[in-house]
Amino acid sequence: MKDKIIEKLNNLFKEDIVEVSEFRGELTIVVKKEKIVDVCKFLKEDQELAFDYLVDICGVDYFREKDRFAVVYNLWSLKNKFRLRLKVFVDESDLVVPSVTSVWSAANWHERETFDMFGIKFSGHPDLRRIYMPEDFEYYPLRKDFPLQGIPGSIPLPGQEKIKTQRG
Amino acid sequence: MEEKIDKIVESLGRRNIEAEIRQDPLGTEMILNVGPQHPATHGVLRLVLKLDGEYIVDAVPELGYLHRGKEKIAENMTFLEFLPHTDRMDYLAPLSNNTAYMLAVEKLFGIEAPKRAQYIRVILNELSRISSHLVWLGTFAMDVGALTVFMWCFREREKILSIFDIVTGVRFTTSYARIGGVAQDITDEGIHAIKEFIDNFPKELEQCEKLLNKNRIFIERTDGIGMITKEQAIDIGLSGPNLRASGVPRDLRKDEPYLVYNELDFDIPVYEEGDCLARYYVRLDEMKESVKIVRQCIEKLPSGPVKADEPKATLPKKEKVYTKMEELIHDFILTNFGGTPPVGEVYHAVENPKGELGFYIVSDGTGYPWRLKVRSPSFTNIQELKVRGKGNRRDDMVGRRGSIDTVMGEADK
Amino acid sequence: MGINTFNIEEQGFLTTKLSEFIRWAQRNSLWPMPLGISCCAIEMMAFAAPKYDVARFGSEFLRFSPRQSDLLIVAGTVTYKMARVVRKIYDQMPDPKWVIAMGVCTSTGGMYRSYAVVQGIDQFLPVDVYVSGCPPRPENLINGLLKIQELIKKGVPPKRDPIFI
Repeated sequence: MKDKIIEKLNNLFKEDIVEVSEFRGELTIVVKKEKIVDVCKFLKEDQELAFDYLVDICGVDYFREKDRFAVVYNLWSLKNKFRLRLKVFVDESDLVVPSVTSVWSAANWHERETFDMFGIKFSGHPDLRRIYMPEDFEYYPLRKDFPLQGIPGSIPLPGQEKIKTQRG
Repeated sequence: MEEKIDKIVESLGRRNIEAEIRQDPLGTEMILNVGPQHPATHGVLRLVLKLDGEYIVDAVPELGYLHRGKEKIAENMTFLEFLPHTDRMDYLAPLSNNTAYMLAVEKLFGIEAPKRAQYIRVILNELSRISSHLVWLGTFAMDVGALTVFMWCFREREKILSIFDIVTGVRFTTSYARIGGVAQDITDEGIHAIKEFIDNFPKELEQCEKLLNKNRIFIERTDGIGMITKEQAIDIGLSGPNLRASGVPRDLRKDEPYLVYNELDFDIPVYEEGDCLARYYVRLDEMKESVKIVRQCIEKLPSGPVKADEPKATLPKKEKVYTKMEELIHDFILTNFGGTPPVGEVYHAVENPKGELGFYIVSDGTGYPWRLKVRSPSFTNIQELKVRGKGNRRDDMVGRRGSIDTVMGEADK
Repeated sequence: MGINTFNIEEQGFLTTKLSEFIRWAQRNSLWPMPLGISCCAIEMMAFAAPKYDVARFGSEFLRFSPRQSDLLIVAGTVTYKMARVVRKIYDQMPDPKWVIAMGVCTSTGGMYRSYAVVQGIDQFLPVDVYVSGCPPRPENLINGLLKIQELIKKGVPPKRDPIFI
């Protein structure tokens, strides 16, 4: 199965596959971020591979100069009972990744979560807004430079709000 | 009126619905806010419904009222220290979460628990599956108007919790699993209690079935309600009983056998209808299968250690820590720095009562996870309410919401 | 001390102060508003369910509407996003009202020292009784309820906000 996936992807997207690695029997393929939608569409629609089930999308902050963030796609093929992990790297200067909501509608909330936690924007997403934190929250909590205990006063408590308005 | 619309728009927080509301000058459509504190939302989910009379035009679920920042917390503690946090994710089945997390960590470290520990894990997993489904059955029956079932289900659930009390020492948030095994061995008293429970449970479950299966109100409020077709279920990414009620036979216990599930004989109940009634039957059958699994496990339970002998990853026994030098050093290192896993990333998923619970761990070679992502089944399952909310009746919303069985603790993380 | 019942059986009447009679009625029919947020909510359900059976103490009538209840049980981790909702529910309850902070998350933030969790609900809500445990066993919550009953018996008024009354 692994060889088949790599072979098929190499035939079609030879230049867009950056790296193929395996750890503990799990296959990870790093793809160029411009091509992620095409790769996903191919993987889903190919009769033999049939990765029709999107398990998860998440972000990772590697906290380094180049390619700081990564977006990880976990796929599952119902037909072959096989897992595949796709990965795209995102540089801090250009935090936009094409959205895969057109391929799987399950991607909708996962991408919103990634946006909420890392600030990675997904172009073409139908409804990209924060999912966990309040709308007016300014930071991205899962970035490595955000402190665990948060920034005091960034989300006001009920009582504090009133005091603020009373004082003007 | 203008002010009111502004307020609604503000609370919805989305721009494209604004235009839709303003296109309705007579105000025939009504916005109904359900939650975050509402008995029918089972937790702190907030649903904003746009109604046209009795029918739902649009449904917007809002999450985050229980977002506790677990993933961020995980990055700041060792692998073992994070264990108690997994209890509080899907708090209807804490033992399943413990096992799921530990399996992911063990995969990263490359170790395996001994056979006896694996069997104990399976027994407790299946018992917590029963206890989780019992809460679901009770609250779902309550949602559609039957209070007695709630009382009976909780009576049975209390029996399981007292088994946990005997086996793990705690009745609810157990933190029982350890890297490479379980915290302590199961006692004869525990086995006896489990045997007694599984002998009586099918009869008690039958009583609940008698109340519901031919109850006209129950059938009418569930049959054909909240339909999800096979294609939709796969597209939304549903998992667990919800997916199997839509005719997709996906169960990780069979598809990617973990622990000792490939040595046990059990069936995966699958129903084709995809409505609330099918989801009820799937869960009911699953409870019966779980009883079967527990019974087999108790018969097959091998003797031996309950924790792997891997000094670099598993905590040594307490007696040895107090008497031996090497064990003391290992204990100190593991507690303070949390072992040395290889650099890499793993994903391991198990079949939880709610669906596929997966942990994706990125390790940089230290004892702290660099990134830990929880793939929670409830999070994806709630999406169903948004996608399939349109065109249904308002009063069916409660049943549909209940039949999906989500826990906000893991959906919000 | 409350009502002396020895007269009822013999002579068919009793004497008491009206205020004590009201307090007796009040403490034996506290209607809780179960604000179940997370794990503690499940133990709170067990507290009302058959084995622990809070009906013995007159509080089995869980009202899901704040307007009909006089005891707020905050069960579970309160996040900053949820804090506004909790306060709103408290404000909707009629006086006199009591608050139980159930579990350590609610009382102090507990194991969640993170950016999203309020470190103790007493930062924005007056709390009468704190119940320890993560989550507390149902017995412990019953104990908390009895503590509230004792407060009423002694005639201690419920705590009030220093900032906005």
